[in-house]
Amino acid sequence: MEFETVIGLEVHVQLSTRSKMFCGCSADYAGASPNTHVCPVCLGLPGVLPTINEEAVRYTVMTALALNCSILEETKFDRKNYFYPDLMKGYQISQYDAPIGKKGRLEIGPAEAKKRVAITRVHLEEDVAKLLHRDGYSLVDVNRSGVPLMEIVSEPDIRSPEEARDYLVKLRSILQYLGVSTANMEEGSFRCDANISIRPVGSSELMGKVEVKNMNSFRAVYRALSYEEERQRKAFISGEKIAQETRGWLEEGITVLQRSKEYAHDYRYFPEPDLPPLALSAEYINGVRKSLPELPEARQKRFITDYGLSPYDSMVLTTDKAMADYFESCIDLDKSKPVPEYAKEVANWLLGEFSHNLASAEINIDNSPVAPDKLCRLISLIDEGKITMAVAKDVLAEMFSSGGDPYDIVQARGLLQISNSAELEEVIKEVLANNPQAVSDYQQGKPQAIKFLVGQVMKRTKGRANPNLAADLLSKKLEVK
Amino acid sequence: MALSKEEVSRIAELARLKLDDGEVEKFTTQLSYILEQFQILQEVDTTDIPPTAQATPIKNVLRKDEVKPSLSVEEVLANAPDREGDFLRINTVLG
Ligand SMILES: [Zn+2]
Repeated sequence: MEFETVIGLEVHVQLSTRSKMFCGCSADYAGASPNTHVCPVCLGLPGVLPTINEEAVRYTVMTALALNCSILEETKFDRKNYFYPDLMKGYQISQYDAPIGKKGRLEIGPAEAKKRVAITRVHLEEDVAKLLHRDGYSLVDVNRSGVPLMEIVSEPDIRSPEEARDYLVKLRSILQYLGVSTANMEEGSFRCDANISIRPVGSSELMGKVEVKNMNSFRAVYRALSYEEERQRKAFISGEKIAQETRGWLEEGITVLQRSKEYAHDYRYFPEPDLPPLALSAEYINGVRKSLPELPEARQKRFITDYGLSPYDSMVLTTDKAMADYFESCIDLDKSKPVPEYAKEVANWLLGEFSHNLASAEINIDNSPVAPDKLCRLISLIDEGKITMAVAKDVLAEMFSSGGDPYDIVQARGLLQISNSAELEEVIKEVLANNPQAVSDYQQGKPQAIKFLVGQVMKRTKGRANPNLAADLLSKKLEVK
Repeated sequence: MALSKEEVSRIAELARLKLDDGEVEKFTTQLSYILEQFQILQEVDTTDIPPTAQATPIKNVLRKDEVKPSLSVEEVLANAPDREGDFLRINTVLG
């Protein structure tokens, strides 16, 4: 039997406001000592009055607009009641029946095969305190309590773990372009829960819907959903009932039961009486719409038309805003060069050797020790024929480790390309003398033997010889012989 | 409708409040009085009045995104029954 997977994603995003959602405590608690960003409001003391952070509302409206949602003219906050020690007040201020944004969409996949995922809602709420579990007791740090949290819920339109990953990558990219969140999964500013079920292809019947939690990276989401898809398929085939339940992902590669449906919460939502409703005027919404920055899709198109990049290269470059900014800084630094050729050269470096160096040093492009002007200088050295491609790769690696300037590195290590016939003659003489077999192969009509000889020249010059010049000189010598 | 001292003690326990005998006495009188006031309110006919969570027509009360000073850790933990370093310490909960 063929099965179809049905996935809906719920993403929580911490907003990058300066202060918390309903009080003036600093929202930047990373690295802060415990319970130092706390006031009576976020501590949940009785008798306090929360006040809405206008920037958090603006960020949420921006996000809702970027996701093509309609913005409700009148929106309000509600109390979601439950008891857990991470919740200081015994309720979380959230939005229930009047979220800021509703009915949007996000498109995923390549331009030629776009897939639309409907967005159910975008709403605003507050984060909860952090618990640390010890042996026999727990510790509470209230710093995170009250940090603005935006929730983005998709319809169950996603059909595979790959699509789920594409959706998250695209969503994160949009949030980073909007500048509303750092959207970093490992740091907890971007969290994802998934609902997943399977059904026989063609059937609209849904089996037990399983909620998967505790996935702390894109890779974890992908692995957890792949695991869960397979677990449910096997259960179905063996005739087991797939229970509606909450399961947690464990890094060793399995999901385990956390809570069965019997304990499903009744949150007893009711309107938050301490917060007057919000009426967002058409003027306000239009103002926010006009202020939206260029988004990844628009930038991707612009990279194709302005720089002549391939759709694939421009997609990969623009998905990470910092990478796209880096690319454009490089282009702006050298306006004298012909655009498509230079753009292609920069793109190749960024997507290839440069990304490779970032990955092996485990650093983000924002913290790259190689600034755009230095990468440009390296590319210029190649374009001017001063160094070979092989040398350039070594130089880039050294730039990453020492932070040095490419020209200084080339000078200090004597890496300038040998484009001078006289200098190469000497090396070529030696190579010919040491490789009689290749020489006779060539003379007996195997022209490809010259490649081996050029390789030997490159080796002896540690990659510094101009390979075209070396080939020319070699063939001349061989003809004469 | 008067509350009993036992009911007030039970409410205090649920709210994790420690009351001495004098306070129990005082709040039994006060809370009973509040209940009486609500009984009067309940006599008002609200048949055609839509429910609301807001008592005023005020909308859009927002604040600028500005950081204000927080409490000191000592103030934050002043009411905590138990602490460990600068953390609140609580009975164990299941993650
Ligand atoms: Zn606070």
